Amino acid sequence: MKLTFWRLLPVIVFAFLVVFFWRGLSLDPQKLPSVQVGQPLPEFKLPILKDQTKNLTPANLRGKISLLNVWASWCSACIEEQVFLIQLAQQGMPIYGLNYKDDSAKAAQWLVQWGNPYRLIGTDKTGKVAIDLGVYGAPETFLIDKHGIIRFRHVGVLDEKSWTQDFIPQIESLQGQP
Amino acid sequence: MRLLLLSFLLIVTSFSYANSRYPLDTPRQEAQFSHLLKELRCLVCQNQDLADSNAGLANDLRDQVYDMVKEGKSDNEIINYLTARYGDFILFNPPVKALTALLWFGPALFLLLGFIIFWRTCLKRTII
Repeated sequence: MKLTFWRLLPVIVFAFLVVFFWRGLSLDPQKLPSVQVGQPLPEFKLPILKDQTKNLTPANLRGKISLLNVWASWCSACIEEQVFLIQLAQQGMPIYGLNYKDDSAKAAQWLVQWGNPYRLIGTDKTGKVAIDLGVYGAPETFLIDKHGIIRFRHVGVLDEKSWTQDFIPQIESLQGQP
Repeated sequence: MRLLLLSFLLIVTSFSYANSRYPLDTPRQEAQFSHLLKELRCLVCQNQDLADSNAGLANDLRDQVYDMVKEGKSDNEIINYLTARYGDFILFNPPVKALTALLWFGPALFLLLGFIIFWRTCLKRTII
């Protein structure tokens, strides 16, 4: 009886490892967990795209649940999510933009072409604020709560599926909080 | 022969390029800078280190590390700065903690388990 257990054990361990590694195959190594979730937004002061004399700061995002979307005119995937972002903006979701390492003239032209869902856009020419946010590519979208704390980070194109799967439950639970 | 000379020139020019782009005051800082770049992962092209990568983000992070080395920050301060933003994934050597314990001690654990199974099955059989 005891001997059978020890003989079966390698098979059990093997089966466990197969399941473990099989699961690993379907994980996307490009999707990194954010260490910023639960942290307040880093301090930043970014010149606003339309009016470079004014600045976008975390204070602009306080008092409401909002999105901070990292985009650039050189980023082809950003075009894909633009229609969905405009739809969200029309539904009343406040969306703020972080124009990542971009040329301001090109960025303005891009917005004319593909539409502008943003309330305000800060221009991060050097990419320093993006480093503080832990951004490693565009597009990325952060969900920010009323107190300016990062609640969720989505990497890649934001679509209907990830919105209903990841964002809506978060937003609903945040709405219940003071 | 010509090929050899060409590759030699390529190596020499790439070194001088790195030095002119990131000039540092002391050899100690230069050593610190180059060893940090080898330890840090480029997050865009994940199997390259920061020293080898030409991705835009890798360039920015390299500049950031350079500035911090120049300011005289220690290895720990620089690594803490980066892991606070990008997590442990940016390090090629994951730190030993509860989450990574299986990664570090797993191989020894499995070897031990193998020995125990061997002892319990094969060795027992020969005695009988």
